Amino acid sequence: MSILIESLSKHYGDQKAVDNISLDIAEKGVVGFLGPNGAGKSTTMKMLTCFIPPTSGTAVVCGYSILEDPIEVRKNVGYLPENNPLYKDMYVREYLNYIADIYKIGNKTKKVNDVIEMTGLAPEIRKLIGQLSKGYKQRVGLAQALLHDPEVLILDEPTSGLDPNQLSEIRQLIRDLGKEKTLILSSHIMQEVQAVCDRVIIINKGEIVADDPIESLNRNAGLVLRVRFKSLTDSTRLHAIPGVEKVESVGAHEFLIHSNSNDINEAIFQFAKKHDQTLLIMQDESKQLEEVFKQLTRN
Amino acid sequence: MLAIYKRELSGFFSSLIAYLSISVFLIVLSLFLWVFTESSVLEFGFASLDVMFDTVPVLFMFLIPAITMKSFAEERSSGTLEIIFTKPLNDLEIILGKFFANATLVICALIPTLIYYASIYILGSPVGNIDSGGVMGSYFGLVMLGLAFTSIGILSSTLTTNQITAFILGVFLCFFLYLGLDSVSRLSVFFGSLDHLIQQLGMLSHYKSMSRGVIDTRDLIYFLSVIIFFIYLSKVVIQRLK
Repeated sequence: MSILIESLSKHYGDQKAVDNISLDIAEKGVVGFLGPNGAGKSTTMKMLTCFIPPTSGTAVVCGYSILEDPIEVRKNVGYLPENNPLYKDMYVREYLNYIADIYKIGNKTKKVNDVIEMTGLAPEIRKLIGQLSKGYKQRVGLAQALLHDPEVLILDEPTSGLDPNQLSEIRQLIRDLGKEKTLILSSHIMQEVQAVCDRVIIINKGEIVADDPIESLNRNAGLVLRVRFKSLTDSTRLHAIPGVEKVESVGAHEFLIHSNSNDINEAIFQFAKKHDQTLLIMQDESKQLEEVFKQLTRN
Repeated sequence: MLAIYKRELSGFFSSLIAYLSISVFLIVLSLFLWVFTESSVLEFGFASLDVMFDTVPVLFMFLIPAITMKSFAEERSSGTLEIIFTKPLNDLEIILGKFFANATLVICALIPTLIYYASIYILGSPVGNIDSGGVMGSYFGLVMLGLAFTSIGILSSTLTTNQITAFILGVFLCFFLYLGLDSVSRLSVFFGSLDHLIQQLGMLSHYKSMSRGVIDTRDLIYFLSVIIFFIYLSKVVIQRLK
């Protein structure tokens, strides 16, 4: 059992930032907190890292209560806050040494070198943190969270401000870390959650509105395929394909096919073969998680 | 606590803060002590460091809030407070780490002034004709005053995200406790009633009593209580920030 949240709430005056949520994250893997801005993702994370106390309810992290053993909780959690605050006037290695001192890590030099390598900080190691680009600052933030090899990692929007190359590197790192640790990350980027998470928790207005493994969330929303034939113009013929629910015509020979069947790709191909149609494009256009997200967090 | 202490102190010495504040302090002090005719020891003709012990508290009143102003205000405005508060440290460790680092810098500023004592010791006729006991007591008083001002500066830094506000608040609180209360006690309304109590609440009377070269436990307890009080207040403020 890594994280157990029991009816946790945080109220600011009348506003319920987090409203009575309960969760059990027992397994290793990457858990995504997904929600619109102001849904309570960061507030929940701040309570789990003992930065702000809950109004009511409690949580147990790695067997320690956030109310009774905050110091033990913090020893077992690595945390990257939103906006990634850093000391701009420190050098990268100096900062990591400082964090290592706080955790009283033995064999400091080796540990610091390890995280520098893991997060790809080596090329910028001689710079002041304030001089680093946003992507490298983000890596420094990740490095300080990883330094004491925590069982649980809590990352609040870890990939904001990264360029596409950095994005895929950091995502790979997150996936790798998720194999050994319990990792919670928050995001409002759907593709990211789809790419790295094993389990998705959608939060809206302080409440959990969905909590599913990523596959089942994807399945719920159905598929959308973009197909283009060389000469087919009549969309009604496509309705005859088994599993097709809706066909939209989007170009002269181009259609969007909505379906709930996973075998739809093959059925379309068979249709093309049977009717002697040349199939030019068949492309997955489904924005499954995005659709689920919109449905659940609307209004 | 040690990690915080080390970081703060290396922050002072790796930036200009330490060198600038120590040198400004020493330059102003030497001008008063050796150059300006109104206060110069050389003009005065007596082997005494009284001028220095009257000037340093006033300099401390500005110097110490300037050193301490960034300790929490900067971390609050940049958000790094969230980093240290989610590390396995309790609030008191963080405050004490910062307090001792700032106090160390204050003491570093005082150490070079021992040269002035040595100079006057040698310049005295006959050599050594200076009230060494009084000097020792005064130094002890200055250290106590420095620590008390540091705790006040730390508190004002926890109260705001703006360093300038922290500085002004710190200067005011130091002034009020050091000189203000003493002057208030001499207002005619308090004559014969509260005047002694108010005077004893201020730092000046306790500092003066130490300068006489006698370390009275009451003065010591007074300064320690002030330090503990302001550190405790800082802790309360920090906890309410969360």
